[in-house]
Amino acid sequence: MSETLPADGLLGWSWLLIALPLAGAAVLLLGGRRTDRWGHLLGAATVATAFVLAVLCTVQLAGQDGAPADVELFTFIATGELDVTAGLLFDPLSAVFALLITGVGSLIHVYSIGYMAHDPGRRRFFAYLNLFVAAMLLLVLGNSFVALYVGWEGVGLASYLLIAFWYTRPGAATAAKKAFIMNRVGDVGLALAIFIMFAQLGTTSYAGVFGTVGTLAGGTITAIGLLLLLGACGKSGQFPLQAWLPDAMEGPTPVSALIHAATMVTAGVYLIARSAPIYDLTPTARAVVLAVGALTLLIGAIAGCAYDDIKKVLAYSTVSQIGYMFLAVGLGPAGYVAGLAHLLAHGFFKAGLFLGAGSVMHAMRDSVDMRRFGALWNKLPITFATFGLGYLALIGFPFLSGYFTKDAIIEAALDRDDVWGWVLGGVAVLGAGLTAFYMTRLMLMTFFGRARWEEGVHPHEAPPVMTAPMVVLAVGSVASGALLVSVFPLSGWLEPVFGEPAEAEHVVAPAVIGLVVTLVMLLGVLAAWLFVGRREVPVAAPVRVSPVTRAARNALYADAVNESLFMRPGQWLTRALVWVDNRGVDGAVNGLAAGLGGSSSRLGRAQTGFVRTYALGMLGGAVVVAGALLAVTSG
Amino acid sequence: MSDFPWLLAMIAVPAIGAAVVAALPRERALLAKQVALGVSLVVLLLAVLTTLAFDAGGPRFQLTTSVPWIPDFGSDFALGVDGIALVMVLLIGVLVPLVVAASWHEADGGPRPVRVFFAWLLLLEAMMVGVFVATDLLLFYVFFEAMLVPMYFLIGSFGGPRRQYAAVKFFVYSLVGGLVMLASVIGVYVVSAGVLGEGTFAFDTLTRLDIDPDVQRLLFLGFFIAFAIKAPLVPLHTWLPDSGAEAPVGGAVLLVGVLDKVGTFGFIRYCLPLFPDASRFYAPFVLVLAVVGILYAALLAMGQSDMKRLVSYTSISHFGFIALGIFAFTTEAGTGAVLYMVNHGLATGLLFLVVGMLIARGGSRRIADYGGVAAKAPLLAGAFLVAGLASLALPGTGSFVSEFLVLIGSFPERPVFTVLATLGIILAALYVLLMYQRTMHGPARGVLLQEDPAEPLPGAGGGGATATATLPAPQRSLRVADLGRREIAVVAPLVALILVLGVYPQPLIDLIEPAVVATLDDMGAASGGTDR
Repeated sequence: MSETLPADGLLGWSWLLIALPLAGAAVLLLGGRRTDRWGHLLGAATVATAFVLAVLCTVQLAGQDGAPADVELFTFIATGELDVTAGLLFDPLSAVFALLITGVGSLIHVYSIGYMAHDPGRRRFFAYLNLFVAAMLLLVLGNSFVALYVGWEGVGLASYLLIAFWYTRPGAATAAKKAFIMNRVGDVGLALAIFIMFAQLGTTSYAGVFGTVGTLAGGTITAIGLLLLLGACGKSGQFPLQAWLPDAMEGPTPVSALIHAATMVTAGVYLIARSAPIYDLTPTARAVVLAVGALTLLIGAIAGCAYDDIKKVLAYSTVSQIGYMFLAVGLGPAGYVAGLAHLLAHGFFKAGLFLGAGSVMHAMRDSVDMRRFGALWNKLPITFATFGLGYLALIGFPFLSGYFTKDAIIEAALDRDDVWGWVLGGVAVLGAGLTAFYMTRLMLMTFFGRARWEEGVHPHEAPPVMTAPMVVLAVGSVASGALLVSVFPLSGWLEPVFGEPAEAEHVVAPAVIGLVVTLVMLLGVLAAWLFVGRREVPVAAPVRVSPVTRAARNALYADAVNESLFMRPGQWLTRALVWVDNRGVDGAVNGLAAGLGGSSSRLGRAQTGFVRTYALGMLGGAVVVAGALLAVTSG
Repeated sequence: MSDFPWLLAMIAVPAIGAAVVAALPRERALLAKQVALGVSLVVLLLAVLTTLAFDAGGPRFQLTTSVPWIPDFGSDFALGVDGIALVMVLLIGVLVPLVVAASWHEADGGPRPVRVFFAWLLLLEAMMVGVFVATDLLLFYVFFEAMLVPMYFLIGSFGGPRRQYAAVKFFVYSLVGGLVMLASVIGVYVVSAGVLGEGTFAFDTLTRLDIDPDVQRLLFLGFFIAFAIKAPLVPLHTWLPDSGAEAPVGGAVLLVGVLDKVGTFGFIRYCLPLFPDASRFYAPFVLVLAVVGILYAALLAMGQSDMKRLVSYTSISHFGFIALGIFAFTTEAGTGAVLYMVNHGLATGLLFLVVGMLIARGGSRRIADYGGVAAKAPLLAGAFLVAGLASLALPGTGSFVSEFLVLIGSFPERPVFTVLATLGIILAALYVLLMYQRTMHGPARGVLLQEDPAEPLPGAGGGGATATATLPAPQRSLRVADLGRREIAVVAPLVALILVLGVYPQPLIDLIEPAVVATLDDMGAASGGTDR
């Protein structure tokens, strides 16, 4: 790791990255209706300014060869041995995330100006969106695990507010609560990891923890790694905490694009990559990361094949793609860069796909049912073109972004050169086939075939304020892979963080992998055409389906498991305890009192008069005694 | 300026104010309110000036006043503050004016004169200040008992439908605790007489007594039981949901926000330094009660259908965190626990106030009678959310800092208890968000659909503990309106304080820490706390 430099120049001002959107949120929330007319412009402007600042900071960082800059702000909490400074760390890793968050964030703010134009709550929407950007930037820029935790729960709040944006819909309100609670389960893991760090190392700052973590016993390091992973699973919608993410699609579509696809849900990947010095020391925890990634990759892909709701398919796709990223970072030094490259490329194409889906919904009067879409390719030409490019990038069409980044992950897995390498690589290849299947199914049902529109729907292309961000993201989807892998290699940029990339002996030649993955992908496309494209899509989903389809439609029963394992026993326990507390504990204490002093009904009624008199008497007595004594002694 | 008896003034001003308000003619209700507000603002000013006069790096007890009181018993009217007492006095100073403003119409149109309500409120303030600033054990005991009286009358005369039951229960529980403590106070006096030849109640002298560990264990219990009733620890908590639910909102704020803190304050001020061996001996037992309380009360909060009872149960859960922090015996956890006392006062105070504002509109305490309020009253919903988020200790609110300090400070010493306590943060999210969703989100429901809220609600008035409060006519409005100017003035300072203390808590920590370190030194624990 490179030496940390004191932040001078623009980097000393990097706290403005957080302060700008935060100030925007404050103005919009406190300003009330006065800011209705221009609030959205302010919201977008703060994030765009933050993007410019992030670019300038990154340029300066590049100028100092990626040597990280530490920005000390003020003492946050200092007592006893604990000393938490509020401070930022601007290094190549946080720079990448800051660019992604403010860049995609700016585009989505612009898009939202159009998307939310007719919503009476538009100002509130931009306030929450600004709040999210501020919290997310704190998450990636903080220089300690405590700062990360503050941002971590902050994005959880923003996510809650935005999922519940249309709070009069019970579905939205419930989904928001579910997301927050499941995230809190993960947060417990993150919190406990921080407690262990403090107890064992006496510090929570990245520099302190990473510098001394090697002195700990292996079991302790593994425990920290697993607890951090629990936090990561909650935020990133990974098994076993994946069930909230598809429900989060109740939020407005720009939210799905920014928070639940491009940025917040990738925070878990950031956490693991940031904690690389910890994971490097614990193969056990890394193995669990791998298992979680591989398993979630398949769960998401399988569920994605069965849903008819366009946003849910994209949501399960996100779950699955983040599984790829977990798999990559779980590989350790061989996979960090691959995972982060996929994260960035995914940020582009998935955000673009969601914005495209929003444009489709816009045209279809807010319907999300793909069975009522069809034949939209010539009605929505820009949406079709940009969405199509995102689709090709996601399924890994040769030389688009997903092709480079996904193959790099598969390569890294196979390079382990053991049985598990083949298993993980195989899962990843299988996932690529499934991805091609569900995405092709989505394309066919949405843009091709016969028009199955509901009555009175007249599709129309979205206004330029919406299509422009889609075009930019489509360009990113196409080009980012090649840029990150060869033209402007991410591995070189991140070298100060993860060290020099090892020149691995490839077990399988990359060209062969590329070919195999492409073939599997084409098989998936073909299968989708056979099952969906070739036939008429029924307007109602078929009821008589195989158990496999039924399981996939229920997302492999994750909700059912949560409900029967936690929710219902929890409700039962709560009811039982309320009964116990009212009858048992209270009764026992009252009974005791009654046994000592007469019947309990007297306690309630007859003694009232007595108590009142007694209380007054006590007060009077105390006053008289105190006064008299004071008078006597001082007189 | 340093010679000015700040602490005495903070007791005398509200006490005299109470007498003045009580002496006003019955029909001068508005004047009574104005005087009460003015007096409480003067106390706030005094509290702020006291804080400025206090030197965080100076001796432990400052701004001391001591007048011989009962020389035959060696008891003085001795006042003084350390950082712990000082932040509690500040909390009182902040909360009382807000409570007065929030209770502006509380007693209007009721059977009892308005002036009586505000006179009790001011007298309560005087007693509360006294209990925190007393540095003589007997004087502390007197304030501890006297504090009950105004609260008893606030609940019993101005509370909800079951106010009599709640007030008596509150009084009897407290009195039992007080009597047990009196026995121990006398015991301490006797021991001091035995050791020093002459009995004393002076706190400073008592902490230097070397009491026999077996005697300590006995005397500890007397104090502990009294404080465990006050701060309620499970299983001595069942009076609080009744009192919290039946008390008028302002009374509930002071009850849970300040009065109950006397219990946790007592733990750290009296139990630990007077009985260090006994504290260590009983610590595992106390920690079990604390952790059970955190989880048990949180589950119970989830099961409540009455909003005020729900908030009361959340407080019992929070008191578990405070007790955990105190009995972990580390600087970090102890400082966190005291900070928790302040932050909890602000957060739960706000929560009770906002719930009260909602109840004043809908005329029902039942969660089921509300729904979709956010659409009608966005400011109220926003304040509700901030209070709720502070209650679940979200970063950015002061509560996060204190809960984090308690947990991270307890973990090195008591990892198992801390892990269990940390699970409470999931339950906290559940009880807060469930209540928020049911009342604020969703389509309009319950009272919002009533054309004329004077009509009884369908399903309302269900018997037992969840009886609907019937409020006096003037408080009912035809529709749920958003916060008015007076209500905004009540809510805004609390919201601001919660957020400021969430971002920059260090000034308070700097006040509190020396006193916590001194306490741990008194009990001979390593002041660094953690050993590694």
